[in-house]
Amino acid sequence: MSSVIILVDSVGGKVSKATAELATFGKRLGDVTAVICSSDGASLASQLNALAIDKTITCTGVDFEKLSTGAVASALSDVVAKEKPVAILIASHARGKEIAGRLAVRIESGLITDAIDLDADLIATQSVFGGSTTVHSTVTHGTPIITLRGNSIEAIAGTGPTAHEDFAVTYGGADRALVNSLAPAIKGGRPELTEASIIVSGGKGTDGNFAPVEALADALGGAVGASRAATDAGWYPHSFQVGQTGKTVSPQLYIAAGISGAIQHRAGMQTSKTIVAINKDPEAPIFDVADFGIVGDLFTVLPQVRDGVIAKKS
Amino acid sequence: MSNISAMKIAVCIKQVPDSWAEKKMGSDQRLDRESVDAVLNDLDEYAIESAIALVEANSPTGEAGEGSGHTITVISMGPERASEALRKALSMGADDAILISDAALAGSDALATSKVLAAVISQGGFDLVFCGTESTDARMSVVPAMLAERLGFAQLTFAGKVEAVGSTMKISRQTEFGVEEMSADLPAVISVVEKINEPRYPSFKGIMASKKKPLVTQNLADIGVVATEVGSSAAWSSVKDSLPRPPRGAGVKIVDDGNAAAQLVAFLAERKLV
Ligand SMILES: Cc1cc2nc3c(=O)[nH]c(=O)nc-3n(C[C@H](O)[C@H](O)[C@H](O)COP(=O)(O)OP(=O)(O)OC[C@H]3O[C@@H](n4cnc5c(N)ncnc54)[C@H](O)[C@@H]3O)c2cc1C
Ligand SMILES: Nc1ncnc2c1ncn2[C@@H]1O[C@H](COP(=O)(O)O)[C@@H](O)[C@H]1O
Repeated sequence: MSSVIILVDSVGGKVSKATAELATFGKRLGDVTAVICSSDGASLASQLNALAIDKTITCTGVDFEKLSTGAVASALSDVVAKEKPVAILIASHARGKEIAGRLAVRIESGLITDAIDLDADLIATQSVFGGSTTVHSTVTHGTPIITLRGNSIEAIAGTGPTAHEDFAVTYGGADRALVNSLAPAIKGGRPELTEASIIVSGGKGTDGNFAPVEALADALGGAVGASRAATDAGWYPHSFQVGQTGKTVSPQLYIAAGISGAIQHRAGMQTSKTIVAINKDPEAPIFDVADFGIVGDLFTVLPQVRDGVIAKKS
Repeated sequence: MSNISAMKIAVCIKQVPDSWAEKKMGSDQRLDRESVDAVLNDLDEYAIESAIALVEANSPTGEAGEGSGHTITVISMGPERASEALRKALSMGADDAILISDAALAGSDALATSKVLAAVISQGGFDLVFCGTESTDARMSVVPAMLAERLGFAQLTFAGKVEAVGSTMKISRQTEFGVEEMSADLPAVISVVEKINEPRYPSFKGIMASKKKPLVTQNLADIGVVATEVGSSAAWSSVKDSLPRPPRGAGVKIVDDGNAAAQLVAFLAERKLV
């Protein structure tokens, strides 16, 4: 049976939903070997028991969190040389894409980023030009390296790895960039923006009052997002920004309240399955991509929607 | 005053189709690049500004250019008309420019782009490279990391703040993990996010001065890259097909008359979203 490598994805010591999604794609291609490159190795390995993973390899000997992504790419290239996988799957976020890019250079292999689907023949689907065009592509040289966007597949459950291996690696490259300190992101009770299946976002139109946005998000069990105008004003932390220079999200439902829909914002949310817009201005460009648009005041509409959702749920 | 010695800085910039023009054509679902205005990738303007600001902060005169002790070269790989983007960077304050243009480059992927840029950077002996975080057309966001890998330079990406302390580059950045402070000695590749600064507008003086600044065009032979290693035939991935996706079905748009919220809830229930 051929084997495919997935890179275990984690934030703050917790294995993320992306890992389960990568394993699900991996199963289409063969046995899944999950590679852990983290100083939390043992703890991450213990969180993989319900996933569709056959084997784990924990890379040891390098303080991955302190070094740049070059260290992870280097470790992965050693694992690839040993395991000879049919493909390497990595989560498609900034860090994942950097690792994939460096690995592609190292092992002289083709790279496809931001895939939203991958079939058993290693044909990847990408959604480009803001979701207006669907592209199918394949890697034609080396061991395919594919980064997959979060929320692109319903993760399947599994029974976890039956084999585990520690693999000693070194990183001596010229790249000595060091992370000297880290102030961890503050975790709220809400789902991660990039993992959430429902997102309610607020923009300039909230005038700094995110309470109705948060209240609706909580009623729907969703995450809160923000436009750049809102994060620039300091109304919401930058890590919640959706858009070209913020997070790219693709939830089942995206509700934009008081957001005009500038191209840079749309670049980060246009592939959401259902889009709802609430805006006072009937000409706001956000309505061009909305499946359901309400021309109205968010301070009136959002609380009513929240009440309606709560009523429906009970 | 920091004591960083003569920095030889390269800024990698790309010319891309205007993203607003792309939006205008949304209805017919095709990106016709020929008819679209080409502009300097706006995310690269922050890289140019960062390089100039870094030199200013480490210049005895407080200014970039001659007398600063440092040099800023803007580099672009692209067609002939990408020289317009380079001229804009020169008018902002960069010292000189290199355009790598060659028929064999058409259809290059990120691997080939980074190979070409790395060749120019090594050949020029640059020790600090600035990039934007992504090109708004390709949107891969991998070239800076690939450059660090190819050149063996320290990788300081997604910087929201950059400074030279002694001979060390320090950056601060926001990642999935939180706010990270990173540092590295030169040589280094730095990519900057758009929060880092407000790119300056070229002044009239800057525009006049830019016309006299050197802009050299090089082909693959000049930089020692073999033509068969770049371009569409050498790309390590290939597009099998591309289909315009049907536009979103014209959505419902209602004016709130007091009943809109209820209609929305019904819509969400129908789509099984509540
Ligand atoms: C290089 C670059 C990168 C960028 N990256 C991003 C990015 O990643 N993400 C991003 O979001 N933006 C980004 N932007 C900014 C983007 O261009 C817009 O400026 C920004 O998205 C606007 O935010 P907004 O829609 O909240 O504000 P505005 O455009 O000011 O819109 C506010 C909207 O709220 C409506 N409104 C006001 N009051 C109410 C009310 N009571 N009820 C209902 N509606 C109301 C108004 O009609 C208006 O449409 C970027 C810009 C640049 C140049
Ligand atoms: N053709 C090019 N010429 C010069 N710089 C480039 C080119 N392509 C990409 N870059 C640089 O790499 C960054 C990231 O681009 P990308 O990986 O294509 O999203 C850009 O912001 C530029 O700084």
